[in-house]
Amino acid sequence: MSASAALEFRVPSDLARIEGIVAQVVHRCREHAFGGRQLALNVPVALTEALANAMLRGNGDDGRKEVRVRAEVSAARLVVEVEDEGAGFDLEACTVDPTTPERLEREEGRGLFLMRSLMDEVACVRGAGTIVRLTLHRR
Amino acid sequence: MSLQVTTQGDVVIIAIDGQLIVGNRQELKQQVLDRVEAGARKVVVDFAGAGYIDSSGLGVLVSLAKRLRELGGDLRLANLNEDLLTLFELTKLDSLFRIAASRDQAVEGF
Repeated sequence: MSASAALEFRVPSDLARIEGIVAQVVHRCREHAFGGRQLALNVPVALTEALANAMLRGNGDDGRKEVRVRAEVSAARLVVEVEDEGAGFDLEACTVDPTTPERLEREEGRGLFLMRSLMDEVACVRGAGTIVRLTLHRR
Repeated sequence: MSLQVTTQGDVVIIAIDGQLIVGNRQELKQQVLDRVEAGARKVVVDFAGAGYIDSSGLGVLVSLAKRLRELGGDLRLANLNEDLLTLFELTKLDSLFRIAASRDQAVEGF
């Protein structure tokens, strides 16, 4: 497959599938000379969060429901869309600051914060299900 | 991810190889809780061989540290690379954990 073709995946809601998808997207970003930190931190962590969110929340951890991923990588940017079968959520309302003293010691609540901190842009739009679109410019 | 568990005196050291993420965090949690159940109170998690960590992995570390502190012990971290340190700084978890540059420093710090 050429380095310019979009990567597409359609997988059941199975957390064990996340690592393989992330590895392929990171590999494609590496082919386009994304920076070391982007390859080791920004892309894998943010995409893992998006996939976990789609499987666990969007699809309610229901293995019969699918997650679709489409990643377009160029010399300029990565745009990856993660679509679940859920009813959607309000990105602004659901993102909390986990660094406040009262939230710092909580086990949960860092996923959306990390996704948004590590990407240049995160958008949540409606398709057939809910699509979270992550954009990262190559640096 | 695979875990290698060793002891140095009364300190349990858990070396992580690979990613600590939502799909495998329970392995680390169970491994530490089993040791705590057996009486361990001092735990070092060594990230020398680790890849990336997601919010679930961070959450498990927070949860285990809280549990150990309630029991008078602690969970400390060693060998975080610059990218992982950035993750801890971003989430301000660098203020919650004692982070050592090496496994030996983490063990000696207890």
